Amino acid sequence: MDRPMNLFKTVAAVLIAAVAITATPAMAAGGGAKHPRSGGFSFEGPFGRFDQGQLQRGYKVYREVCASCHGMNLLSFRTLGERGGPFWDPHAENAAANRYVRALAAEVQVADIDTETGEAIMRPATPADRFPNPYPNATAGAAANGGAFPPDLSVMAKARHDGANYIYSLLTGYVPAPAGLQINPGQYYNPYMAGDMTPFWTGDPSHVPPGGFIAMPPPLADGQVTYDDGTAQTVDQYSKDVAAFIAWASEPHQVQRKQAGVGVMIFLLLFLGLTYASYRRIWKGVAH
Amino acid sequence: MSDHESTYVPKTGIERWLDSRLPIVRFGADYMSLPTPRNLNYWWTFGAILMVCLITQIVTGVVLAMHYTPNVAMAFDSVERIMRDVPGGWLIRYVHANGASMFFIAVYIHMLRGLYYGSYKAPREIIWILGCLIFFLMIATAFLGYVLPWGQMSFWGAEVITNLIGAIPMVGEPILIWLRGGPAIDNATLNRFFSLHYLLPFVILGVVVLHLWALHTAGQNNPVGVLIPKERTAKDTLPFHPYYTVKDGVAIILFMMMFAFFVFFMPNALGHADNYIPANPLQTPAHIVPEWYMLPFYAILRAIPDKFGGVVAMFAAIGILFVLPWLDTSKVRSMRYRPTMKIFFVIFVLVGMGLGWCGAQLPDAPVVPGMASFVLLDGELNSYLWLTRLFTAYYFAFFLFIMPIVGLRETPLPVPASVSEPVLSGGATPAAAVAQAEKKG
Repeated sequence: MDRPMNLFKTVAAVLIAAVAITATPAMAAGGGAKHPRSGGFSFEGPFGRFDQGQLQRGYKVYREVCASCHGMNLLSFRTLGERGGPFWDPHAENAAANRYVRALAAEVQVADIDTETGEAIMRPATPADRFPNPYPNATAGAAANGGAFPPDLSVMAKARHDGANYIYSLLTGYVPAPAGLQINPGQYYNPYMAGDMTPFWTGDPSHVPPGGFIAMPPPLADGQVTYDDGTAQTVDQYSKDVAAFIAWASEPHQVQRKQAGVGVMIFLLLFLGLTYASYRRIWKGVAH
Repeated sequence: MSDHESTYVPKTGIERWLDSRLPIVRFGADYMSLPTPRNLNYWWTFGAILMVCLITQIVTGVVLAMHYTPNVAMAFDSVERIMRDVPGGWLIRYVHANGASMFFIAVYIHMLRGLYYGSYKAPREIIWILGCLIFFLMIATAFLGYVLPWGQMSFWGAEVITNLIGAIPMVGEPILIWLRGGPAIDNATLNRFFSLHYLLPFVILGVVVLHLWALHTAGQNNPVGVLIPKERTAKDTLPFHPYYTVKDGVAIILFMMMFAFFVFFMPNALGHADNYIPANPLQTPAHIVPEWYMLPFYAILRAIPDKFGGVVAMFAAIGILFVLPWLDTSKVRSMRYRPTMKIFFVIFVLVGMGLGWCGAQLPDAPVVPGMASFVLLDGELNSYLWLTRLFTAYYFAFFLFIMPIVGLRETPLPVPASVSEPVLSGGATPAAAVAQAEKKG
């Protein structure tokens, strides 16, 4: 009990127990949904980084497809040009001066007030503007989508367990509803969606299909978005790219965080070695 | 150890001038030279670790408060703004959010150490009671803090927990409205929770000062559990600095490595994904679960079929800790010499973890899926409901029956006469003692 090794083991055991306990509710919250498939993302793990090309393609998919219904209100255009972002340019003076960002922002119209007359106007966005919402409010969004408001995607990868893989799996997971599942018009079956199919299932009660109903029709089709870099224009690739983009948008500083973490761990390890050596020296010859 | 003689000698004129007016340097110097039992093991380092946790939480919290907006329309976005646009904001916020979990890991170990080595027994009852008070304040502070990001779990957690107050007969409803600042959880609730979340850590700090004052009056316990008489102070103790500053230092850095691992590589692993969905009073999440460190008490709450009964049991689970010094009848402090009690202690730790596990499950879910069972009273026997009840029963029985009865009936092992006796003789045989002393250098 006096040895640091034992302490380490104990702390590790407590840690594992804590993680096990907390991981459980997250899984439980998924209800009977299928566990997400892996998108094989480059940014996973302590040394993972974003593939900038993938982020740019993901932004294109978001802008051309998702943005017509889903807002990303917490993102500013300038964020796209920050270090590690999809359009980061090391030669740009700052994110707001980044020419790609300026051009991309200008493609989008945002609401403003005319500084001369005070009247409501629409103008091209600048890097300082946030991504505009597609609907004036949640009620309007719900009314336009059969009662289900398309959620804001700003932090979606953090708001779902195993976020990036979940988004990828959901987008590629649309399958015809199994025979025996009662499905209402305006709803789609998706095995990765959270839910409980028991009340809608007329088949064998011990084989209730996994997943839930989603109001979003399958949003992507092969060839829908044009890629200029020769990447395959498939639903699978679009889904991966947009999932990566949303994962970046949910936490734009995550690569910076992991890189800092590696440095912090190395520092602490050296500090530990030094302190432990001092400890051995100070306690040398002291019975305890 | 209160009669620890001051060895501080002011060297300069300024120091002498200050010392005769406000002996604050003397206070610090005396603190650093406090005689500390020489046999403290690494379990004793968690006190220092907790101090690091408290200061970390206060410092990061003060910075977060500079950027946070306690308003239902802006709270969620202001937290995300800290993550995105405040320089280093992501670090400060993740340290604060994971810091709460680290604080509780450390406090649970610290409390179990006190339980195992009998640190609550005379003359240390006040130290223990103040510690229980700190623990209770920590739970309150953590709960209030979890509401502030105003995500789904923030809102619905606040809903569930404040509703408990409403279960108190007669006065519950008015207290509930007073607490929430209105009939429902709204802006008034968020604002007062923010105010109290800022206040309570400083109350904790105040109680920590009392906790340490009591500790240095009664003297630290030690793994052997025997008191150190004055005439043995020289033999059985070491000055706090440098011996324990360096030992605590090693443990603190190890702890910080674990802390950093969570902050930098899995910062959201200890939280619930639903809390990144903005609070929506019209949409109840599928499962409302508190943070992991509250789960054992949440399980006890749900184990009782009656709502008010559950509230009473939950508070009793914490309240019983306050009277622990008078429930233990054993003359021996350290469980190192109480083989029977040691077994019950290990079961108690496992039961505590089991309660945490149960708190995260749906009460009517089967423990062993597919196993046949029957309905006992109000639930399937093969369900988390009954497993939780079994664990809850043990939790209370441990304090109310096992402690008093085992203390009277067990035959403890021979307790060493002093701290340095087992240290210097190494426990079993003289030969082993020599070998051990050599190994320790």
